[in-house]
Amino acid sequence: MPSWADIASPVTLTLALAAATTLVLLLVGTPIAWWLARTRTAWREPIAALVAMPLVLPPTVIGFYLLLALGPNGPGGALASLWGARTLAFSFLGLLIGSLFYSLPFMVQPLRVAFEGLDQDTLDAAATLGAGRVQTFLRVVLGASASGLVTGLILTFAHTVGEFGVVLMIGGNIPGATKVLSISIYDFVERGEWAGAHWLSAGMVVFAFVVVTATMLLDRRFGRLTG
Amino acid sequence: MRLPRRSFLGLALAVTALASVTAAEAAIVNAAVAANFTQVATDLAARFKAATGNDVQLSFGATGGLYTQITQAAPFDVFFSADDKRTATAVKDGFGVAGTEFTYAVGKVVLYSPTLDVSKGDEALKANAFQHIAIADPKSAPYGAAAMAVLDKLGLTAAVTPKIVTGENITQTLQFVDSGSAELGFVALSQVMGKPATQIWLPPQEDYPAIRQNAVLLKHGESNEVARAFLDFVKSDAAVAVIKAAGYAVE
Repeated sequence: MPSWADIASPVTLTLALAAATTLVLLLVGTPIAWWLARTRTAWREPIAALVAMPLVLPPTVIGFYLLLALGPNGPGGALASLWGARTLAFSFLGLLIGSLFYSLPFMVQPLRVAFEGLDQDTLDAAATLGAGRVQTFLRVVLGASASGLVTGLILTFAHTVGEFGVVLMIGGNIPGATKVLSISIYDFVERGEWAGAHWLSAGMVVFAFVVVTATMLLDRRFGRLTG
Repeated sequence: MRLPRRSFLGLALAVTALASVTAAEAAIVNAAVAANFTQVATDLAARFKAATGNDVQLSFGATGGLYTQITQAAPFDVFFSADDKRTATAVKDGFGVAGTEFTYAVGKVVLYSPTLDVSKGDEALKANAFQHIAIADPKSAPYGAAAMAVLDKLGLTAAVTPKIVTGENITQTLQFVDSGSAELGFVALSQVMGKPATQIWLPPQEDYPAIRQNAVLLKHGESNEVARAFLDFVKSDAAVAVIKAAGYAVE
């Protein structure tokens, strides 16, 4: 039997990483999605492709480049030197940066689709009634895009929880700082401690089932309300 | 001419059947190989192919992971472990063939740093002027356990532990050091052969448990004569010379 700390520490760390990633991506991803949905520039699809690339790239590719970028010879190391560290790898902040890249499309894609489906007349009406841009966005756009927003939040959170390859490449497996759930499971298997692997893996299966079911139910519910 | 879809299917099936027949005749050896032996194994496989004409298909991975796959009926004929524990377990649990286990290499752990002068490694470690030291997971990787034994012997375990970053295996541990994120790390001598002497420190071999890397014939390859031939080849003088040149000792 694994000790309680062996289970609890990776679980809380993973939840913290997923929550932080989701929050930051909500703030960063929303304007990106809005821009992608509204712009008419020829650069739209190439930039959309950049955002979507983590869907296709193996996590090892992202992890490899991140390891170099976060290290002493990359921008991450330059940033880290501000507080006397040499690298952003092997830290929670490093994992957060990695997760932002890795999970970006899961926030942007559903939002972009929702924004593109907005009715231009509604937005015009809001403007006619004297709503400013910010007010229109907060009160009309977000309300009408709730389905995409919630889907994006859930998928981003869930995808970050399931992250493995990137963390493996840049984490350094430090308990409490970078040893997330998926790494713990890998470790348990690697060490032949199958009891621990079973506990965490079964938990992940249940989690994944709940998340997928919730997303589908939400989709139907919002689909009925708005469609 | 447009062929009906069915004939494509038939063609595909025929090709697949043909492929499996040729595969059986050429007697490919599937070898599960510990990550730290990657380069040597590739070299040995090429020499074996040149000498006998038989192919050795190498699958590299961390020993623990490979062993887990073997217990789940992975189609490997031979297993080159990074330790002598997993091969013994394989025989005991019925996945390995009794009497075929042997030590193909004895690993040497080294302290390695591309940036610090570690030629007097114990002093560099005691000076403790670094932020991260990379070590392979001591619970699953023998080189990690050896590194911890060396630190223990120097009385530095408590001082250094907060700075340890753990690689899943010895390959990743080297990656952490080579990328510059960790200033130094304990890796296998075989990985850093040819590096300048200032970048390497060889701890006394009696300071850590011997890293015996054992190989064993697996049940899946019991009737595969080429698999046995490959194991014999690895014991040959020619192969031993290659293994020694790569930074391992041979018993």
